[in-house]
Amino acid sequence: MPELGPVLLTLALATITTLLLLIIGTPLAWWLAYTRSRFKPVIEAVTALPLVLPPTVLGFYLLVLFSPNASLGSFWVTVTGTTLAFSFTGLVVASMLYSLPFMVQPLQTAFEAVGREPLEAAATLGASPRDAFYSVAAPMATRGFITASVLTFAHTIGEFGVVLMVGGNIPGRTKVISIAIYEHVETLNYGEAHVLSAGLLVFSFAVLFAVYALNRRAPLHVG
Amino acid sequence: MSDDPVLFIDVRIAIEAFELAVKHELPLTGVTALFGHSGSGKTTLLRAFAGLERGAQGRIAFNGEVWQDTSPSRVFLPPEQRAVGYVFQDARLFPHLTVEGNLAFAEQRASGRGEAIERKAVLARFGLEPLLARHPSTLSGGERQRVAIARALLTRPRLLLMDEPLSALDARRRAEILPYIARLPADFGVPVVYVTHAVDEVAYLADSMIVLSEGRKVADGPVAETLARLDLGPATGRFEAGVVLEASVASHDHVYQLTELVLGQAALFVPLIDAPAGTVVRLRVRARDVALAIRRPEEITSRNILEGKILEIVEESQTAFAETLVDVEGGRIRARITRQAVAELNLTAGVNVFAVIKSISLAGGVSTVVAAADGDV
Repeated sequence: MPELGPVLLTLALATITTLLLLIIGTPLAWWLAYTRSRFKPVIEAVTALPLVLPPTVLGFYLLVLFSPNASLGSFWVTVTGTTLAFSFTGLVVASMLYSLPFMVQPLQTAFEAVGREPLEAAATLGASPRDAFYSVAAPMATRGFITASVLTFAHTIGEFGVVLMVGGNIPGRTKVISIAIYEHVETLNYGEAHVLSAGLLVFSFAVLFAVYALNRRAPLHVG
Repeated sequence: MSDDPVLFIDVRIAIEAFELAVKHELPLTGVTALFGHSGSGKTTLLRAFAGLERGAQGRIAFNGEVWQDTSPSRVFLPPEQRAVGYVFQDARLFPHLTVEGNLAFAEQRASGRGEAIERKAVLARFGLEPLLARHPSTLSGGERQRVAIARALLTRPRLLLMDEPLSALDARRRAEILPYIARLPADFGVPVVYVTHAVDEVAYLADSMIVLSEGRKVADGPVAETLARLDLGPATGRFEAGVVLEASVASHDHVYQLTELVLGQAALFVPLIDAPAGTVVRLRVRARDVALAIRRPEEITSRNILEGKILEIVEESQTAFAETLVDVEGGRIRARITRQAVAELNLTAGVNVFAVIKSISLAGGVSTVVAAADGDV
């Protein structure tokens, strides 16, 4: 019987990260999809950075930022009395950065596919921009929201390097599945490692299969 | 200036190298055509009326209510606060909603500032009952535009803006929908501004027109007068240029399937139409379908020959042709003839001529055309 702690912790981290990124990533993707600003390429590049940076680099900088000697870290300590580094909150912040492109890029593509035309039509029918977002753009981009959420969730579950740098290996707080597997291998506990690894493998395949099957399906009057 | 409600516009819009600058007082009655070739700026101007061109400078006021004024203050009502309906060239129905959902979207957001337009009346007028459960992707082009027009009406607009709504349709579908559009002001009490590059649509629908060319207004006025102007050249179309006449139905000949019309004192014949005697019909006569003769031609197949006097001749030095305007009883007719003919027949203003009309098309005023008007009479 594998220990459930890391599994539950991982699911909690992935869920919270996905929900927070939906809130932050949607307006960012919206802006990127519709802006004519010359800063767009800069923001796009920054958003895509976590795709190419080694997770250890991202983790290293975050660790430095989280340190009570840095402004962000000391601010956090002042406000909450705890440090960001080696905490669950710190992991959430790190995961959000790490998974940002997986939320923003599918959403941006989906909004670009919607285009300005339906929004103009909505405006001439009396819809305010907010109304048009909820009643036209979001429903038309439903599949983009599903893809972005699933990928973000799955990607967060699979992260390792950033967690190791920022979170360490504290049972119940930062010890997620990937860390647990690493620890089992280190201690030559291959049986437990097999169970967790096979679980992640099957889960990841199921998620990707679901995303591709969803994208293959006929557009059913949407997008 | 009259006291009738008008849409006052004085706008400038710069899009890259193109600049549109138009000042006009547009009557808020009937159908007004915004006419011009592609690239003349007519769609951009229409979008500015709706508030879809954020970069538009200048002033737009609807019957005294300021929609935008960029100097000295910065007033810009967004589209959703202008209470106008807009029918896009590509319909733009929402793909995630059924026809019923699209119509409900408009109804729920209706401004209540325009005429009280009833859903039932709109559904009946556009024959939409059978389509309500369908998704836009399953509709034909003509059906989509009917839904789009109905959807725009259900917002209870104070002004309906239409951007070439028929341009994607074939001739038959266009002919089906044109009568619906022509009757919108009368049926629903909403004035229409109609963007088009098709002279036949202007002839059919519009009461007045504005001619745009390269971002400037080059002419405006009642349709019959404006289409009869020779000085506008290519702005009113070379190949499709022509005039609009109003004649009344005199009698029907069922043996030969012809209807006799009266224009002034003269008789005109068109393929049988389904309209009682006395009905006024609008006719369109293209300049290229008219020949001129000094003496009344005899033993000729054309049935429609009108006597008149040349008012004006404009020779096109770059082409073989000359545009002539002939005053006939009950109207004016344009004829596109060769410059060589002008020289050989000594044609000039004041000369009496006979206009031989090879083809007349009905441009409106009749509900049903029984016989398709193919072939020349």
